[in-house]
Amino acid sequence: MLNSRRLILAHFWLAFGGFGAALLLGEWQMFVRSPLHAWIGDPELYYRSVTAHGTTMAYVFPTLIAMGYGYLVSETALGRPLVGRSWAWAGLVLVAVGAVMAIVTVALGLSTVLYTFYPPLIGSPFYYIGVVLVVVGSWIWVALMAVNLYAWKRQNPGVPVPFPMFATVAGAYLWGWTAVGAALEVVLLILPVALGLRSTIDAGLARVFFSWTLHAIVYFWLMPAYIAFYTIVPRAIGGRLFSDQMGRISFILFLVVAMPIGVHHLFEDPEVGSGFKFLHSVFTALVAVPTLLTVFTICASVEIAGRLRGGKGMLGWLAVLPWRNPVMLGVAFSFIMLGFGGAGGLINMTYQLNTTIHNTQWVTGHFHLIFAGAIVIMYFIIAYDVWPHLTGRALDSLGLMRVQLWLWLIGVTVLTFPWHYVGILGMPRRMAFYDYSDPAIAAQAPWVTVSVIGGAIVVLSAILFFCVLVRGQIAPRVEPGAYRFSVAAHPPRTLPAALNGFALWLGLMVGLTIVNYGFPIANLLATPRTAVPAIMVGASR
Amino acid sequence: MNPERIISLRNKWFTYSVGLTAGLAIVSIVVGFVWLPSQQAGGSLPGFWYTICSAAGLIRVPPIHEQVVQPAYVTTSVEIVPRMLRHPTADSIGHGATLALRCTMCHGARGVSLADIPNLAGQYPTVIYKELADFKTGARTSAIMQPLVAGLSDTDMRDLAAYYASLPRLHVVAMSSGEPPLIVADGAPIRNIPPCGACHGELSAATGAPWLEGQPAVYLRTQLEAFASGARHNDIDEQMRNVARGMTRQEIESASQYFANSQ
Repeated sequence: MLNSRRLILAHFWLAFGGFGAALLLGEWQMFVRSPLHAWIGDPELYYRSVTAHGTTMAYVFPTLIAMGYGYLVSETALGRPLVGRSWAWAGLVLVAVGAVMAIVTVALGLSTVLYTFYPPLIGSPFYYIGVVLVVVGSWIWVALMAVNLYAWKRQNPGVPVPFPMFATVAGAYLWGWTAVGAALEVVLLILPVALGLRSTIDAGLARVFFSWTLHAIVYFWLMPAYIAFYTIVPRAIGGRLFSDQMGRISFILFLVVAMPIGVHHLFEDPEVGSGFKFLHSVFTALVAVPTLLTVFTICASVEIAGRLRGGKGMLGWLAVLPWRNPVMLGVAFSFIMLGFGGAGGLINMTYQLNTTIHNTQWVTGHFHLIFAGAIVIMYFIIAYDVWPHLTGRALDSLGLMRVQLWLWLIGVTVLTFPWHYVGILGMPRRMAFYDYSDPAIAAQAPWVTVSVIGGAIVVLSAILFFCVLVRGQIAPRVEPGAYRFSVAAHPPRTLPAALNGFALWLGLMVGLTIVNYGFPIANLLATPRTAVPAIMVGASR
Repeated sequence: MNPERIISLRNKWFTYSVGLTAGLAIVSIVVGFVWLPSQQAGGSLPGFWYTICSAAGLIRVPPIHEQVVQPAYVTTSVEIVPRMLRHPTADSIGHGATLALRCTMCHGARGVSLADIPNLAGQYPTVIYKELADFKTGARTSAIMQPLVAGLSDTDMRDLAAYYASLPRLHVVAMSSGEPPLIVADGAPIRNIPPCGACHGELSAATGAPWLEGQPAVYLRTQLEAFASGARHNDIDEQMRNVARGMTRQEIESASQYFANSQ
């Protein structure tokens, strides 16, 4: 049952539209700060571009994908029309208005604060209000996911919640709670200064609040990709999901441990005690568990497909997999990039190793490999998979899709591997101007150039992606049939209540947040004279 | 309805998940707040409670005027605020002009020097006042300036600042200084050096920073070298010492020449 096609399609088009524009900005940034281009002479333009790129890619694009895909999952997995469709439209409008408001102030040079805000840097209030609107719009989605699950449960007491919906609601709750940190930062600390009510700001406390959001937001970006691993991949390649319960446990673990770990972004910050840094490090390491569970489950599911196709022996099933199927390529490429990205992440989360790469290009390389690589490639797969069901038209440019996915893998690899490498050599991040004649970074110049080429391949791949989608919009009408999700090898007939609801896990999530964040926040609130004068963007001195 | 109660000690999912999470948190807290800090300090920490508080990030806030670290030299005592010394009276300027007669030998009759001495005409009053005060307290040292300011009162120094600020800046036909060198225009971000104009710019001067155009190259170079060596240390946050330490000799020379040739 898919009644809200226009709603979902609007989310996807808005998401990918923003993505396309922000991608071009990203490549422009790579180019102008590389040895291929003379120094542009005005750091302001560069940082404006960074702010717009980051704001769109981090707050708007993945949020819209999660929302659109969530509505699709709700209708198709639960088999009932979306409850509160007009609210869903209202959420979309809020996200769109907020995004436009934020980006316009950035373009005008009023909010060059980079997307992570960086207080005591303070921009135009309209920028922050725009971001808040985006978040509020997404919270409507969170509420709708909960409401739809509740409505379904009332009609189907004791029946296992369909896995795709269970995973989607886990992602929604994760985002709902994760976004609270940045919301507190913006509403309590930044907006009063931006509106002129206060002239100082506790930058340390603001950073602690932001770290609450900063790490788990990555898992929120990851959720649609993970849901696609479990619910699209086994079905699309002709296999079975290895274990429904294992999938639920993975998403539950994400819900509990993905959030209270953000202080590993503050290892160099003096305002947080070393004990809490260690505590957050331990829980960060735990996030490897649901990731490895997922990798195991999906590999096992793919093996089922291989064996069903006649694959024999220890590795023989790999050869017979449908490698010409874009979904197969997508998941394989995503896992490759997730593997390297995850390995790099182990360095970031280790207190001592982090000091070597802190604030270097390694970090930007890392999050581009994870997000642009492992996650966004699965967004493409989601789009390819659902497009015919949304448009009612054929999407059969399979060759183009394969080329697009290959180019994305190659592009992201060529983009991010040298990016990591120059970081290890010590090239700092967040700078608009690199003087490559300086002996400190002269040797890194060729690698930065290679990164730019990787970025260009990524742009080329994105162009092909849009070609596929546009061809899908104008292709002949077809009847795509009902949208289906993967079926588990052993579909659960009954489940323990703990694997069929969220009360226990939400309790643990909030409890762990209080343990891990309660004292650092209270300590900073209680410490006098921690505020510093705000620096207003664009103000004359 | 599902009769199974989740939040119950009889539910293994509840006991195991809460137990595991709490157990892990407790072990991590013991390791992170007690064991690791005590290992790191080699047993030199003053006690169990101190160890925990320190790892928790508790900050001891000193009383507001308590000097935490004493530098080995005299620091500036001037606190500059943006609106300081604005709108001086005519009396103040006149008194400053009288006092300035003893400065003319080096700084020129109207604040424009013919030797390699700083031009004072039109300089920001905060700058002149701060330097005079620093010479007086010994925060900045000069065998020539220190005896000359020894007898000046605070009012005298403010009046001198008002007088020199009131004089017109020297405007001669600019010598061709050409495009600013990279170190002036863009700084060297990789070495944490901002462009000079970030503080000394005509459009965005930081409070307390002088304008530099037309100052003698020799003077600018010696001051940069003095900042680099630490011989001059009256920049209260070490902002100039940090910049100068990172500059090469060629950069110091080219920046000094550029400003000397700009008007």
